[in-house]
Amino acid sequence: MSKARLMQGNEACVEGALAAGVRFFGGYPITPSTEVAEGMAKLLPTVGGKFVQMEDEIASMGVVLGASLAGKKAVTASSGPGISLKQELIGYAAAAEIPVVIVNVQRVGPSTGQPTAPSQGDVMQARWGTHGDHPMIALSPWSVREAFDTAVMAVNYSERFRTPVILLMDEIVGHLREKVELPEASAIEIYPRRKPSCTRAEGYEPFTPDKDLVPNTANFGEGYHIHVTGLIHDDTGFPIGSPKITREVTKRLHDKIEIARDEITHVEEYFMDDAEYAVIAFGGTARTAYEAVANARKKGVKVGMVRLITIWPFADKAVKKIAEKVKGILVAELNYGQLVGEVERVVAGKCPVELCAKYDMTIFEPAEIEAGIDELVAGGKA
Amino acid sequence: MERSFEKYFRQNRLPHLWCPGCGNGIVMKAIVQAIEKKGLDQDKTVIVSGIGCSSRASGYMDFDTLHTAHGRAIPFATGIKLANPELNVIVITGDGDCTAIGGNHFIHGCRRNVDLTVVLFNNSIYGMTGGQASPMTPTHKKATTAPYGAIDRNFDACRLAEAAGATYVARSTAFHVQHLTDMIAGGIDNKGFSFVEAICQCPTSFGRKNKMADPAKMMMWMRDNAVMKAAWDKLPDDKKTEEKFPIGLFYNESETDYATAYNEVIQIAGGADK
Ligand SMILES: Cc1ncc(C[n+]2csc(CCOP(=O)(O)OP(=O)(O)O)c2C)c(N)n1
Ligand code: SF4
Ligand SMILES: [Mg+2]
Repeated sequence: MSKARLMQGNEACVEGALAAGVRFFGGYPITPSTEVAEGMAKLLPTVGGKFVQMEDEIASMGVVLGASLAGKKAVTASSGPGISLKQELIGYAAAAEIPVVIVNVQRVGPSTGQPTAPSQGDVMQARWGTHGDHPMIALSPWSVREAFDTAVMAVNYSERFRTPVILLMDEIVGHLREKVELPEASAIEIYPRRKPSCTRAEGYEPFTPDKDLVPNTANFGEGYHIHVTGLIHDDTGFPIGSPKITREVTKRLHDKIEIARDEITHVEEYFMDDAEYAVIAFGGTARTAYEAVANARKKGVKVGMVRLITIWPFADKAVKKIAEKVKGILVAELNYGQLVGEVERVVAGKCPVELCAKYDMTIFEPAEIEAGIDELVAGGKA
Repeated sequence: MERSFEKYFRQNRLPHLWCPGCGNGIVMKAIVQAIEKKGLDQDKTVIVSGIGCSSRASGYMDFDTLHTAHGRAIPFATGIKLANPELNVIVITGDGDCTAIGGNHFIHGCRRNVDLTVVLFNNSIYGMTGGQASPMTPTHKKATTAPYGAIDRNFDACRLAEAAGATYVARSTAFHVQHLTDMIAGGIDNKGFSFVEAICQCPTSFGRKNKMADPAKMMMWMRDNAVMKAAWDKLPDDKKTEEKFPIGLFYNESETDYATAYNEVIQIAGGADK
């Protein structure tokens, strides 16, 4: 008997999170992410976990951080306005190095925008939404199965790097129904909660970095009497008004992600072997871009597609390599033009970069991206 | 000789950063004495605070401690308690932290009846940011953002907590330390959302603006105006002047706490042995 199931992207995200060991969810309903909360409410108690519907998205972010500090892997989910509300505490998680996953099923903004309509307008918010300097990891799936896989990956990265990770979904994938076969539990690699490397008596400090620059912070209740704060703190966890510590901590927070960048920057290429042009896309838009590229190939255009799964940190290396190889790049995104700026930064004039943007609450038609490819091949917009 | 409560403080973090005469230290000590009285396991007790002068107390207390963001202590504490119900969770918050920016979390914490003990350090002002009006600054009192006297009506946080569903509600002051300790200890006993308002003095940001710069005078004001609940209930209305206020245990009802209720959900869903 086939284990295939018909499932929505949002549901697959729930399954992935649970498979990765998530046992706590706090959230507040908002379209198009609500099915994540509903799925969690239904499934978490079946595995002994807990779901709590909070009074708003700020509280939802706070409650999952509390749960994570007490030792449970924790997730929250929202869209648009709710993600905006979470920003202060996303920064708290980055500063206090608390593992947590924030699912953002993007919708049209700003403000209430177009509540149920698809968008990819939160690319830059995912990177810079909270104040101050901080690193960010964001992953974007293009299929229901990949919603499961990236949810597992997001939980694992949050634990490994002790940092907030954003699962940057979009309405297209969140509400897409596909037949999927999920992997057996035994086939899923889980990154366990990091453990303190010594006892209190041996001089344990909760924020002393390990070799990978990530601290092995104890959970609450384990007898370590740790102090956690959003103030800049030294390895002891206590605030300190020192320029040297401020500089070192800020740098380490970035470096712990930077030194693992190649490993966590996932990119997939299609039809790229002999490609003279490339389309860069991600998430739900990559599905349309794929079809557009396949159609263009049928017409004899040597075009390929590069799909970013990891949005942040940005795939500098992969994009640079492509820029050296092709005659032009088209960035297709469902917004006014966000990722294109990163592509231009990395390409740095090595080849023309064109934007295929759409921001009218509807998804791309393959023909629209094909037209963008034609223009790119013809040498830019008329 | 070491005094018995000293083991609850991180001696290497003292002296504290509070102004001379500040009431925060008195309330902080009342909390640890309540913890001692109730014999809570120091390794299984978590102190969670928001942001403000009062919320800096968590850093001085030798437990697992969490200094959260302004107004958000109750959601963090809720997550800790639900994730690990064997932990005793005590929340330290200020009048601005709890009833302004954190007001929504406060009423919903009360409603959910999560087993937390919330101690509100009420100094009637935003101390940390230098004396702006809070929702608990009494009408007509002065603040840097109410230089002609506050026209806002102030919250009675105890009545708010009771109406919102807290299952233990009490008030005391920094002058009545033993009573305050008892009120907090009673809150620890209550398995549910316990709220204790601790009236305390901020001579620097509130006192100076309101002709009470002397901390001792502020405490004498507490002595002279606080009325034990039993006496308050018998007081004729014309004696309940604007300055007078009741202290004591106002409300205590046993109701199922959130974690216990959720355990039933887990039973029904079949996840109990997972
Ligand atoms: C989101 C946010 N807004 C504003 C502030 C600035 N701020 C810090 S403490 C504080 C007021 C604290 O007053 P209260 O809660 O009464 O505590 P107290 O200092 O009086 O003990 C404010 C407004 C902040 N830290 N964060
Ligand atoms: S400003 Fe007020 S509350 Fe803050 S430390 Fe000074 S006296 Fe205490
Ligand atoms: Mg105050």
